[in-house]
Amino acid sequence: MPDDRELASTHAADQLLGDRFPGMAATDELVVSRQSEALDSDDILLRRPLGILFWLALAWVAVVALAAIFANVLPLHNPNFQNYNAINQGPSFHYLLGTDDLGRDLLSRLVFGARVSLIVGFVSVAIGMAVGGTGGLVSGYLGGAVDGSLNALSFVILAYPAIVAVIAIVAFWGQSLWKITIIIGVGTIPLLFRVVRASSLSFANRDFVIAAKTMGATTPRILFREILPNVVPVALTFGLITVAGVIVIEGSLAFLGLSVKLPTPSWGNLISEGTSNGNISINPLILLWPSLCMFLLLLSINLIGDRLRQRFDIREGLL
Amino acid sequence: MSAVRRTRGRTLEFKDVHDGGGPLLAVEDLHTAFRTTRGTVRAVDGVSFELQAGTTLGIVGESGSGKTVLSRSIMGLLPPHDVLRSGTVHFAGHELTAMKPSELRQVWGAELSMIFQDPMTALNPVKRIGKQITESLLLHLDMDKKEAASTAVELLRSVGIPSPEERVRWYPFQLSGGMRQRVMIAIALACAPRLVLADEPTTGLDVTVQAQILDLLGDLQRERHMAVILVTHDLGVVASRADEIIVMYAGRIVERAPADTLFHDTHMPYTKALMESIPRLADPAGTRLTAIPGRPPDLIHPPKGCRFAPRCPYAQTKCLEAEPPLRTAGSPDHLFACWFPLVNGVSTAPAPVAGNGAAATTLPDGPGDTATATAQAASGGTDAAAPGSGDGPTAGGETEAEA
Amino acid sequence: MGKYFLRRSIQLVVVAFIISILAFLLVHLLPGDPSVTILGPNDTAQNRAILLKQLGLNKPLWQQYTTWLTAVFHGNLGQSYLNHESVVHILATGFPIDLELIVISQIIAFAVAIPLALFTSRRPNRPVDNVATTGTFGLLALPPFVIAPILVAVFAVGLNWFPATGFVPLTQDPWANLQHMILPSVAITFGSIAVYYRLLRSDLISTLQQDFITMARSKGLSNRRIMWRHAFRPSTFSLLAAAGVNIGGLIAGTFIVEYLFALSGIGFSLVQAVNQRDYLVVQGISLVVALAYVILQFIVDFLFTVVDPRVSRG
Repeated sequence: MPDDRELASTHAADQLLGDRFPGMAATDELVVSRQSEALDSDDILLRRPLGILFWLALAWVAVVALAAIFANVLPLHNPNFQNYNAINQGPSFHYLLGTDDLGRDLLSRLVFGARVSLIVGFVSVAIGMAVGGTGGLVSGYLGGAVDGSLNALSFVILAYPAIVAVIAIVAFWGQSLWKITIIIGVGTIPLLFRVVRASSLSFANRDFVIAAKTMGATTPRILFREILPNVVPVALTFGLITVAGVIVIEGSLAFLGLSVKLPTPSWGNLISEGTSNGNISINPLILLWPSLCMFLLLLSINLIGDRLRQRFDIREGLL
Repeated sequence: MSAVRRTRGRTLEFKDVHDGGGPLLAVEDLHTAFRTTRGTVRAVDGVSFELQAGTTLGIVGESGSGKTVLSRSIMGLLPPHDVLRSGTVHFAGHELTAMKPSELRQVWGAELSMIFQDPMTALNPVKRIGKQITESLLLHLDMDKKEAASTAVELLRSVGIPSPEERVRWYPFQLSGGMRQRVMIAIALACAPRLVLADEPTTGLDVTVQAQILDLLGDLQRERHMAVILVTHDLGVVASRADEIIVMYAGRIVERAPADTLFHDTHMPYTKALMESIPRLADPAGTRLTAIPGRPPDLIHPPKGCRFAPRCPYAQTKCLEAEPPLRTAGSPDHLFACWFPLVNGVSTAPAPVAGNGAAATTLPDGPGDTATATAQAASGGTDAAAPGSGDGPTAGGETEAEA
Repeated sequence: MGKYFLRRSIQLVVVAFIISILAFLLVHLLPGDPSVTILGPNDTAQNRAILLKQLGLNKPLWQQYTTWLTAVFHGNLGQSYLNHESVVHILATGFPIDLELIVISQIIAFAVAIPLALFTSRRPNRPVDNVATTGTFGLLALPPFVIAPILVAVFAVGLNWFPATGFVPLTQDPWANLQHMILPSVAITFGSIAVYYRLLRSDLISTLQQDFITMARSKGLSNRRIMWRHAFRPSTFSLLAAAGVNIGGLIAGTFIVEYLFALSGIGFSLVQAVNQRDYLVVQGISLVVALAYVILQFIVDFLFTVVDPRVSRG
């Protein structure tokens, strides 16, 4: 039946206006989604450009990432050096973004603070995905009692206020960057497990999987060759959203002084410093820069995630 | 029920159009096109006809022939964007095509209503059926809630739903397919409209239920003196029920005649092909149904010439080059569009082209390819016919090769 | 219908039981010694042992659990090791604050998100929709710890419209109460607006393509009526599900604004108690919060059956 596909694609517009023409909302989106049922996937990819916002967002994430990676090499002041001769200065050539109430360079604290947000954000989700995602992939496909209980367990764990566990463990184990990353990463496991499991489950009984099974494909082969490629878009998109969520959690902890130990800068504790001790009225820049950077970073990650979601044609409700 | 029609908040008055005193509906050169990302789809491309009050018109065509868009287009029930419509529709003394949305909403549901194909998806799944009926009663007939509720029960009774007092509180999912379609008819007829557009009203139903629903519709139509436009892909459905039948192909009318005339004096090969695809009880067991080869053309790039030519077993060179106009046959109410019409079931084409239609099934029919591919098929067929008849149009073969 | 709720109720009880174990175990498996919290790090080992015995912390875990659970059933969640305030009292004073924060923020979120989604979904991907949709990404990128300090800087310190910190009970002075609650509520509403708007918009767009919407149009109903009476209700599934999870998260998740605006809600009490190893307080609050979360999901499930009768009868 190779012709069917061809026919379908040439007659997409025809079908669109065929007997089941929906009356009201045939706007671009409708037209596009109706066509995408019939058109080849290449057409879908060509359909909508990613847009300038996507590239700007990617550029900002790249800038933050590069700055964070090369923070030690960049010609920056020591982020913790207190210059009492330059307290609460405005932007100048020497201090591009100004200094704080202890005379520390705001730019350099910002750059070093970016490390915390990015490392916690991406590495912890990578940990969560490696464990929870893989577990969800296998569990959703295999099904059965183990899968059922894992799924129920993940629901119960999600009901428990995770912040309690995170704060408790951090407080005991130590407020180091890597420990916080691992703890939050473990905390994302049940969430990522549920999402990937649901996606894997939805493909487990599809025709192409059954076909592979009847042809004698082994379970690992089906999992990694048939199901995984279909699950990846959902996992990737949801993973990005989780990265943004984790950055928020780390920021909240840092805001309360429960993340990395001071004076190590992180955007959350920089914001907290900007809020305290009358800094708000004397030097709003201390608050402004990290807030702005955090805002732009979260905005960028969410935008990238959403464009990916659109491209992969994932419904918003699923995430 | 429609005798007392109060008009609070209504700006339109409807003239009573009596039988013979001018048509209830007059469609004049109606075009409807949709802008899509792939180009402009000309779904309805120049359709004109008239409909008298109280009569039934059947509109027949394959999927994608534009019949559904035509019915939506008559009503004006089109998407708000990316739609291009031209031509006029006059209904009961008003020009629908010139109305503002607020005026159209006074016509919709009140004077002109629609029955949809799939009652499962066309009824709101989360509203009780009673509510779905009273909604238009409250809106158009200015009834109070109590009056509307009892009218809804009566309407359900009149469409043959048992114990309607109870059923008004049901949800669509609690009813069978046939029952749902009866509810839909009750909704469409609630305000006693003059014209009902029924778009494939029985396609999703069992064959036995189909006849019941169509008979019900016919009975109610006679009772209430409504006009009905019955849109279907099945000539069998309209054969005994329509006064007049329009056959559509690729957005155009290809044949239009009173039902009897259409069946006894078919002029258009496409109509004949449609008839041959109806299964008949009289046929001996094992009779093969004749399918029409190929598919309707791409409406973004319709083929040059007669749009059916690429699939027509009798297509000639002329058919591929010039579009046949809609002209009258023996009587003035029988129109058809074909260069070489059938007479008594036999084509008047000089050299019936063997195998054209059959060949089309295996041909790719992409928008650009269609004309060329068919031209090849046509010329191939002509060559095959040439030895027998001796007067094969070789010149024609060359022209086609250039195309 | 009855069967459906019976099944869900049994699930609820089982989940609640598991949560109680979880709330208990998490605290007790954590390293760290409550006697250090209470007596300070310099006391003798003997004194510590006596204290642990007094508190019943020297018994086997399962015994401690059953003792605790029995007390919980009697409405006694224990008391703080540090200031001997009873957990029930902490919850009783803190919960009204959280409830008010949640109610105000959710009213704002629904009041903004629903009309906006109803408006933009009719013309998706047109300028107004694009601006609104991109705008919600901006809201999503403003978590409480980013937006709350800015709100304080602008509206409390700069313009002096609202008090920066503190709380006045609703019963004492409703107007002053509202003034104190408005900034913290706004600070936590941004994310809700963004999530609700996007989900409702996307569901509305697909609902508007349904045949029954065309059918409603063909009856001559106004667009307004079609949107509210026909399109809205079947489009609220994702919205309800998200609201359940979101509100559930807010019960203990408002600690940032509670900290910043000096409100003694249960969120910040919990964070403080964890940080200070105040076992019984953590155990009690987290149990109640998790139960509230689960009950909320139960309510959402019930609302599903209200929105769509097919859920319970189909």
